[in-house]
Amino acid sequence: MKKIGVFLCHCGINISATVDIEKAMEALKDYPGVAHIEDYKYMCSDPGQQLIKKKIKDLGLDGVVVCACSPTLHENTFRLTVKAAGMNEYKMEMANIREQCSWVHKDKTVATEKAIKIIKSVIEKARLDEALDPIEVDITRKAMVIGAGVAGIQTALNIANSGYEVILVEREPSIGGKMAQLSETFPTLDCSQCILTPKMVEVSNHPKIKLMTYSEVVDVSGFVGNFKVKVKRKATGLDWDVCNGCGLCTEKCPKKLPSEFDQGLGERKAIYRPFPQAVPNRVVIDFENCTYMQSGKCGICQKVCPVKAIDFDKEDKFVEEEVGAIICATGFETYSVKDIPEFGGGKLPDVVDGLTFERILSASGPTGGEVRRPSDGKVPKDIVFLECVCSRDPEHYLPYCSKVCCMYTVKHAMLYKHRVHDGQPYVFYMDMRTGGKGYEEFYQRAAEEDKVVFIRGKVSKLYQDDDKIVVCGVDTLSNETIEIRADMVVLATAIVPSKGIRELTKLLKIQIDQHGFLSEAHPKLRPVESLTAGVYLAGCAQSPRDIPDTVSQASGAASMVCTLFANEKLKHEPIIVGVNEDICSGCGICTVVCPYDARKTNLEKKLVEVNEVLCEGCGACAAACPSGAAQQNNYTDNQINAMIKAILGKGG
Amino acid sequence: MGKPKVAFYWNASCGGCEEAVVDLAEKILDVVAAVDIIFWPVAMDFKKEDVEAMEDGSIAVCFMNGAVRTDEQVEMSELLRKKSQLVVAFGSCAHMGGIPGLANLSTREEIMHLVYHNSPGLVNPDEVEPQLVSKVPEGELTLPHFHESVKALDQVIDVDYYLPGCAPTPDMIMGAVTAILEGKLPPKGEVLAPNKTVCESCKRSETKPEKIKIKAIKRPALNELPEDKCLLAEGFICMGPATRDGCGARCMDVNMPCRGCFGPPKGVEDQGAKFLSALCSIVDSEDPKEIEELMETVIDPAGLFYMFSLPTSMRNKFYDKIER
Ligand SMILES: Cc1cc2nc3c(=O)[nH]c(=O)nc-3n(C[C@H](O)[C@H](O)[C@H](O)COP(=O)(O)OP(=O)(O)OC[C@H]3O[C@@H](n4cnc5c(N)ncnc54)[C@H](O)[C@@H]3O)c2cc1C
Ligand code: SF4
Repeated sequence: MKKIGVFLCHCGINISATVDIEKAMEALKDYPGVAHIEDYKYMCSDPGQQLIKKKIKDLGLDGVVVCACSPTLHENTFRLTVKAAGMNEYKMEMANIREQCSWVHKDKTVATEKAIKIIKSVIEKARLDEALDPIEVDITRKAMVIGAGVAGIQTALNIANSGYEVILVEREPSIGGKMAQLSETFPTLDCSQCILTPKMVEVSNHPKIKLMTYSEVVDVSGFVGNFKVKVKRKATGLDWDVCNGCGLCTEKCPKKLPSEFDQGLGERKAIYRPFPQAVPNRVVIDFENCTYMQSGKCGICQKVCPVKAIDFDKEDKFVEEEVGAIICATGFETYSVKDIPEFGGGKLPDVVDGLTFERILSASGPTGGEVRRPSDGKVPKDIVFLECVCSRDPEHYLPYCSKVCCMYTVKHAMLYKHRVHDGQPYVFYMDMRTGGKGYEEFYQRAAEEDKVVFIRGKVSKLYQDDDKIVVCGVDTLSNETIEIRADMVVLATAIVPSKGIRELTKLLKIQIDQHGFLSEAHPKLRPVESLTAGVYLAGCAQSPRDIPDTVSQASGAASMVCTLFANEKLKHEPIIVGVNEDICSGCGICTVVCPYDARKTNLEKKLVEVNEVLCEGCGACAAACPSGAAQQNNYTDNQINAMIKAILGKGG
Repeated sequence: MGKPKVAFYWNASCGGCEEAVVDLAEKILDVVAAVDIIFWPVAMDFKKEDVEAMEDGSIAVCFMNGAVRTDEQVEMSELLRKKSQLVVAFGSCAHMGGIPGLANLSTREEIMHLVYHNSPGLVNPDEVEPQLVSKVPEGELTLPHFHESVKALDQVIDVDYYLPGCAPTPDMIMGAVTAILEGKLPPKGEVLAPNKTVCESCKRSETKPEKIKIKAIKRPALNELPEDKCLLAEGFICMGPATRDGCGARCMDVNMPCRGCFGPPKGVEDQGAKFLSALCSIVDSEDPKEIEELMETVIDPAGLFYMFSLPTSMRNKFYDKIER
C-alpha cells in the first residue's frame, strides 16, 4: 500500500478556529494508507514546506495530502515542495478545508466532521494517483494582438521591444482606438492625440511589428505556443502597397458622408482616411456609399490618383498566421443614446454622448475645438452633464459602474468652462468616484476654480422646449426637484464591450461575463490571463478603466507573453484524458463533446486518437465516454467513486 | 480420479439460459463426455437432498443462472456455493439482475397489489394473497418468502466468474467450459468475455459519421431501421457503445439495436448512467428547451438504459438493503 503523509494547516486561525485540528488528526491517523499525520500553523510558509520535505525523505512517503486552502491558491506551491523532495509532483493532493469548509461554516462540530470527510476522500484519491510527467511542447515566439487601441498598441510595443515579433490586428482602417478621439485627458489635461500619436508612429515603424488594419480574426485553432489564426483582410478598393497616402483622392471624391471618427458631426468622403494622423496613412473605399461601386459612374479617385493605386477590388483576402500567444484588447463602446428613450432616444440633436463631446472639444474636431452645439452651432451657455447614464442602474440598464465617467465628466465641465468663460456647467452625479492619483484634486479644482455646479441626484427625463432642453431631476441632498433649461446636455453613457466580442471569444475559447466583458483567470492574482492558456487580456475589453490602468494592464499582459516566450519548451499539464486502447472501440462519442478538437475517431482502427497537447483536461469526454475507455489522469472513475464513497461512508 | 463434477442451477430465470446450454447442440456431447453433470433441475431428476449429501467443495463448477428474490433462491445459492469450488454467474440475470431486476422500480407491495388485485383479466373475488404457510386438508403448504428486491447472484453469494448475455452464446459457453477444464482461467472476478465494446464487432460501425449527433430519437417499433447504418447515428437508442462485446453484434445483424445484455465493459460500474451521459453528449442542440423535449421522447428511460443491470446500478446499491 502507498505511504501517504497527511499535513494539516491551521492557516493562522482561518481553519483552526472552525475545524478542530486535533480531533481531525485523531480521526484520520489510522485511516488506511496514512503513514504519517502532522499539523502546522502555516503549511505554505518555508518551515511548513521544509517539514513536508523532511517527512517525505525520512519516511519514504509516496503520496502527500496537504489539508489547507484551495488548490487554485497553493497547489503549485506544494507540487514544487514535494518535487524538491524527490516525489512526483502529481502525487501531491490538496484537501480544501478552508474555502470549502472553515470559511463557510460556523459550527465547529459540523465543520470538523466535514473536514474529516473531505480529507478522507482526498486520501482515497491520493492512494490511486499515478506519477505523471508534464508534456513538452515547442513554442512559436510570435504574438498576435487583437485590437489596436492604446491597450493593444502598448502591448505590441512592449513585446516587440523585448525582441519578439508581433502581429497587430485592428478592424478599423487606422490604429488608435477611442483614445485617438479624445480631446484632453484627465487629470493632467494633456492632449490625447499628442501623447498617443508618437506611440502610433512607433508601431508603424517598428521592424518587429506587422500591422494588419482593416482586418479581423475569423478562425483560431491550436493551443498555447502554437496557435493558427486566420485573418480576413478586408478589401480596401485599392492597393495599399502602391498608395502613398497623399490624400488627393479624398479631396476630389464628390460623395460626402458623416464621419464616424467625429461621431457623425463632421464629414468624410466615400474614399477616406478616418483622421489626419491615421496609422497607417492609407485610405479605404466605403463600398456601400461609393458612387462608382453603386452605379459604375464617377471613378474620379482613380483618375486623380498619382500612383494608380485604386483598383476597386472588392475581394477580401485571407491570411494564416502562426503565433504562440494572443492578446485580446478589443476595447469598448459606449451605450448608444438611441437606446435611451427617456433621454430623447437620439432624436434631440443637442443631447450628445461623451465621445461626441470629446470631438466637440478637440482642436482637430468638427468645430475646431470651439464648443458649439450640433443643432444650430450656437455656443451653449447652460450645459448639463449627466453621469451614470445606464450605469449602476440594475433595474433598467446595467448594474456596474463604468468607472471613467465621473472623471471625464469633471474634465468635460472644466474644459467647457475654459472655452466658454461666461457659461455655466451643471453636473448631476450619484456619487463622485475619484479613486486615482490626482483625481480628487482634479475634481476639487473643477468645483472651486471653475465653479462647476455639482448636483447630487438623478435626472428622470429630458425634453425639448423651443431651443432649450428641459432637464428634470431631483437634488437628493436638499430633496428639492430641479428643472434646468439647458442649451445642451452631455450624457456619460455606460461603457459596454465592443461589438462582435461574443463571436471573437468563441473563436478564442475564452469566457466572458454576463455583460460581455472578458473574464480573467483570477480576479486578483491572474488579472491579465484568460482561462485558456496562451490567451491574455488587456484594456477596456476586460472591464471599464481609464488610460493609466489600461496601459499598466497592457504592459502586464505583454510581460506575461514575454515570460511565456522565455521558456525553452512549454510544459503542458499531464492531467489529460487519454484512451485505453484495450477498451475503446471507436464509438467516437467523446469527439463530439471535446471543445478543443483534441479527439478524433480512427474508423479503420476502431479507436479514438488523442492529441495530448490540445487536451485541456476539462474532462467532458470522460463523462461522455460510454465504455470507460476515456479516463482523466488522476481523476479516474475509480478515484472519483472512491472519493464519493469515502464521503458518503462506504455504500451509503 | 473421476471426471469433474458440474452443476447447473436456475434461480429467477426464464429458461433461456438452459436453452443456451442445449443450443450447444452436438458439442454438448463433448461436454458430457468430459464431465459428470450431477445436478440440473431442468433436465435431470436430482433433488436438493442429493446436493446436501455431497461433500463441501466436491462440485468442480456450478453454473447458476437467474436473479435472486426468494428465500428458496438464496438457500439454493448458498448451498451450491458451499458444495462448489467455482461458481459462475451465468447469463445477464445472475450477472446483473437482468430483466427480472426491473421489478426493483416498484415496491414489493405494489407488485403484490398489481398481480393479485389489479391485473387486467384477473378474477380474485376473495382477494386472496399468497401466504408463507397455508393449511390444507392434506397438511401444511409453504411458499418461500418473496424479498423486497431482486438481486444479482454476487449480491447474495461469492461469485468466481461471470458469463454475460441474455443468453450467453454457445461459443462463449464452450470457451468457458474448456478454460475451466484446462485450468486456464483469468483472475477471480473476471467477466469471461472481451474487454472491448459491441461497436468493435458491429459491421455497421464503419458507416459512422465523423461525429455522431442526433436531433431526434427514433423507436424501432415506429420507424424503419436502416440495414447498413450505425443505428445510434440514425437516432435509434443502441447501447452498443456502453456494452461489453462477445455477442458478435448479433442483434445488429438482424437489424435491432443493442439492448446491453452483456453489461458494461471492464471498469464501468453503472452501464445505464454511462450510456445516459453519452446520449446527452450527442444531442445536437444547445437550447435547453429543445434538449428537454428531445429527452422527453425517450420512453421508459430506466427500463431502457437499465434493461439488464438495474440491481447492480449505483442507484440500487444506495437504496437497497440486504435482506435475509
Ligand atoms: C468620453 C470618454 C472620455 C474619456 N476620457 C478619458 C481621459 O480623459 N483619461 C483617461 O485616462 N481615460 C479616458 N477615457 C477612457 C479611455 O478612453 C480608455 O481607457 C481607453 O481608450 C481604453 O483603450 P482600449 O485600447 O482598451 O480600448 P479602445 O480604445 O476601444 O481600443 C480597442 C480597439 O480594438 C479595436 N477592435 C475592437 N474589436 C475588434 C476586433 N474584433 N478585431 C480587431 N479590432 C477590434 C477597435 O476598433 C479599437 O481600435 C475616456 C473614455 C470615454 C468614453
Ligand atoms: S478532457 Fe477530453 S473533452 Fe476535454 S479537452 Fe481533453 S480531450 Fe477534450
